[in-house]
Amino acid sequence: METRKVDTQINITKEICPMTYVKTKLKLETMSSGQVLEVILRDGEPLTNVPKSIMAEGHKILDVRQDGEFYKLLIERR
Amino acid sequence: MRLTEEQIYRYSRHILLPEVGGAGQEMLLKSKVFCLGIGGLGSPAALYLAAAGVGTIGIADSDRVDISNLHRQVLHYTEDIGKPKTESAGEKLEKLNPDVSIILHEGHVTKDNIREIIRDYDIVVDGSDNFPTRYLANDACYFEKKTLVSGAIFQFEGQVAVFKTQAGGACYRCLYPELPPKGMVPSCQEAGILGAAAGTIGTMQALETLKQILGIGEPLTDHLLVFNALNMSFNSLAIKKDPGCRLCGASPTIHGVEEVSQPDCAIEGSPLS
Repeated sequence: METRKVDTQINITKEICPMTYVKTKLKLETMSSGQVLEVILRDGEPLTNVPKSIMAEGHKILDVRQDGEFYKLLIERR
Repeated sequence: MRLTEEQIYRYSRHILLPEVGGAGQEMLLKSKVFCLGIGGLGSPAALYLAAAGVGTIGIADSDRVDISNLHRQVLHYTEDIGKPKTESAGEKLEKLNPDVSIILHEGHVTKDNIREIIRDYDIVVDGSDNFPTRYLANDACYFEKKTLVSGAIFQFEGQVAVFKTQAGGACYRCLYPELPPKGMVPSCQEAGILGAAAGTIGTMQALETLKQILGIGEPLTDHLLVFNALNMSFNSLAIKKDPGCRLCGASPTIHGVEEVSQPDCAIEGSPLS
């Protein structure tokens, strides 16, 4: 996986569904097309559902990787 | 405008919708809607508009709360009997959502003040209970180039339509060119209504208003939705712009907002709101 420059970051490890996605979505809305957002999230429900919702709205998932107890999700805004 | 943390939570179920999102919610917060009548239709309409975060809601109604209103006019409670409906409604709406500015227009809406009243709003929700007021709202919306979300209810039947003459659409007079003849207008004794049927129509008026603000979906412009609660049927009929319409036709004879008089005891309350 090529490394992409991260433009913005958001930590949603303290949020619960559906605020996990709400916060991510609002952050994406503030960005411009092609920019990259890094989302730090928990395993389990957030890791299962947030990427699904992001893809459903047409954004691209560039990478998902474990980072200690959390995960890091790289999203390219549509 | 940036949503506050509290607003993000309050409107999270809107924000989740791909058609709304944070941008759509901000549009709602900036929008201004005028509710003409805050009774059987206006109550549910204003409740949902306020809950949705429509930033400014104007309400007008010259009536006071009566005990016979309470089975359908869900913004008013038993303790409000005797209070002006605007005041009673305003209190509830402010409690429901402090993000919303509620503007009370007390007293009668007339040919002399309606244009000035609606000028500051984007959309007019007509929840009035009589034909003269509906014509007044229609004509004022035509001259002020405002979208009119019209609703009416009678017994178990209701109608909803959106008129957008500023975009070349039909007006209420294209659909109903004249007042119904005296015998056709139900008497007070016939004007019964199942409260929840009014709630259905008022709620659909709120829906169409929100769709207009957000610019999403297929609006009910140039269509009349006819609802029958007993059959639970919904029929949508196309409304054609009438080239001979006295208001919006090729050779109009109405050049300003005029008072339309209704024959006696052809009532207030028909169809009910």
